[in-house]
Amino acid sequence: MTGRIWPLAGGSAVALILLILSFGSLGAVAWRAEGWGGLGPADWAAVRFTLTQAMVSAVLSVALAVPVARALARRCFPGRGLLITLLGAPFILPTLVAVMGLLAVFGRNGVISAILGWFGLPPLQIYGFVGVVLAHVFFNLPLATRLLLQGWLAIPSEHFRLAAALGFSRRDVFRHLEAPMLREMMPGALLVIFLLCLTSFAVALTLGGGPRATTVELAIYQAFRFDFDLSKAALLALVQFGLCALAAALALGVALPPGFGAGLDRPVIRHDMGRAPGLALWDGVMIGLAAAFLLLPLGMIVLRGLPLVAGLPAPVWMAAGRSVAVALASVLLCIGFALALGLAIERAGGVVSRGLEVVGMVSLAASPLVIGTGLFILTFPLVDPARLALPVTALVNAAMALPFALRAILPALRQAEASQGRLADHLGLTGWTRLRLVILPRLRRPLGFAAGLAGALSMGDLGVIVLFAEREGATLPLQLYRLMGAYRSDDAAGAAVLLLGLSLLIFWAFDRGGRAHAAT
Amino acid sequence: MLQLDGVTIVQGDFRLEADLTLESGARVAVLGPSGAGKSTLLGAIAGFVPLSTGRVTLDGEDLSTLAPGARPLSILFQDNNLFPHLSAAQNVALGLRPSLRLTGTEQEKVDAALERVGLELLGGRRPAQLSGGQQSRVALARALLRRRPLLLLDEPFAALGPALKTEMLALVREILNETGAMLLMVTHDPEDARAIASQAIVVTEGEAARPAPLAALLDNPPDALASYLGRRRGAEPNAAHEGDDHSAG
Repeated sequence: MTGRIWPLAGGSAVALILLILSFGSLGAVAWRAEGWGGLGPADWAAVRFTLTQAMVSAVLSVALAVPVARALARRCFPGRGLLITLLGAPFILPTLVAVMGLLAVFGRNGVISAILGWFGLPPLQIYGFVGVVLAHVFFNLPLATRLLLQGWLAIPSEHFRLAAALGFSRRDVFRHLEAPMLREMMPGALLVIFLLCLTSFAVALTLGGGPRATTVELAIYQAFRFDFDLSKAALLALVQFGLCALAAALALGVALPPGFGAGLDRPVIRHDMGRAPGLALWDGVMIGLAAAFLLLPLGMIVLRGLPLVAGLPAPVWMAAGRSVAVALASVLLCIGFALALGLAIERAGGVVSRGLEVVGMVSLAASPLVIGTGLFILTFPLVDPARLALPVTALVNAAMALPFALRAILPALRQAEASQGRLADHLGLTGWTRLRLVILPRLRRPLGFAAGLAGALSMGDLGVIVLFAEREGATLPLQLYRLMGAYRSDDAAGAAVLLLGLSLLIFWAFDRGGRAHAAT
Repeated sequence: MLQLDGVTIVQGDFRLEADLTLESGARVAVLGPSGAGKSTLLGAIAGFVPLSTGRVTLDGEDLSTLAPGARPLSILFQDNNLFPHLSAAQNVALGLRPSLRLTGTEQEKVDAALERVGLELLGGRRPAQLSGGQQSRVALARALLRRRPLLLLDEPFAALGPALKTEMLALVREILNETGAMLLMVTHDPEDARAIASQAIVVTEGEAARPAPLAALLDNPPDALASYLGRRRGAEPNAAHEGDDHSAG
């Protein structure tokens, strides 16, 4: 039956590409490595630092998210919906923009250091461990908050009603309702954030560095770029892959970050809150602090950089153009991959289906730097790496965004087939016609969302491009990194605002396009 | 004595007024069409629905300012009367101590309450492992343990079959006899009302009427109640049986 063969063929092709990207590149690195010198003390320090910072970042993010999520769950105030939407924003925020924002608030020349200066205190020092953890908490506190908020809102309001009827104190409510939910939700949130922090590259590149604050990803880059020590890069790549695979295997049974989930805009009606003004104050402070922590750095960057955008030099604009092109190509690839894989998963059933789904998630464990290094080794005898910089970046970005895209469209795809599949079969709709008339119209919304996500992630990515690009042909994040390195802070601020604006615009445009005239 | 003193409840377009008194020990059915506000009336007494005006007093004590759990009453909702992750015994024990840190005597009281409703062997089970009737018994055991002077039933037995429902009403009657509590029970079924109540409050057209003797009311219903019950005035009392409608508001 043709309705079965084509999806399977397409899905298998995509799966093959992904496997080659993840494992083939790893093999290539290993193959080119000459002599296995073993890991030196500096490498072990990188492993230790990677694990420690990821663990501390995950624990801090989740621990701080508990009071914030609880406050958001039980309070109703104007702007609550907007704030919850904003909590989804760091996921698509370019790393460098956030880093610049954090520097503007917490850096040597930042607001807080200035205030400390008035009292004769020394400025803050955030480069190193503290800075890396700070940036990771900045990115993941909102994610953890949203995950826990979902948990809170999943507690049936009838349970709170019953608790009120039985005269539960706040401690009792915590014991019987909230603590069991947290026990269920927190391990998943911790693991996901731990995994995200394991593969952190751009944060470590900008805020870490040095022997005491180097992640494995950063060490791979340094071994490759500065020493061209392929065996060391390969060894580190294997270590990184092992770490990620372990964490991903643990996380496989656990909910992945929903990004922008729906249905978080309804507060739980609580009957035990009426006479506790102190509690309202506490919740208000929690929400206020969290909002300030997220909005202040971005606000500073936007205020500073917005007037400077128009005066940005030509190379920045050209980099922006390249980045938009890369992002659009990445969207096409990612959506193509996700659809092919999704249709195959939906059609195949059984073990094949499960296997394809795991392959679709494999890039969560793969490191972009490892993939990039492998691709470099495979291609540089044939082509000038600089010419491949942009295509490779688009491809790797698409592979990195695929797990999230797949998560977004699979439920809708399954539902469309479950509800419309029989009618389509009955009418003899197969192949492309079936896809165009029956499936795609039902997928508009998740497809738009996935495309927006893929576009924004690609737009803001500073990863594999650093391996390939020469002086010319930089993307906007790389250009921004160079401006920061050259202490051209005005141009950097302007470029950061441009990057932020383009990322949000791409996400908005696709997501909006999916919502308009959506069939569901 | 329960008094609803110039009470109005306003929720958007919905409006309900009540000005009535129930004697201590009264057993009162709350009748009326779906959406008229029967559950809302109970919710207001229990503290889940805010009053726009007026006040609710029990034996002279103003309930309006008390939190739901501090009010001298027990309520059984239509569903979700038990926490699914706690055992039957724990769900009962919540009626004594929400912290579940029980003394020996308190544990004995919990066991006695379970035994009273015939569940002494099933205390360790979770609600999902119990039948619908058994779940109702657990909730009733908790109400028994709480010994509050007012019991509010918001159709907790609506999902049970006729035989089970009769059994539950018999159990409620026994509990009322033991505790001397006042009963306010929402129901759709005149037969349920007859089985346990002697008076009825009719809730229609934005008003909760004063309690009237149940038998007279059912035998000779006013227009609004008659059309709800599906019979004209003077027709045979059992000519038409009310269809079950559990979506009442």
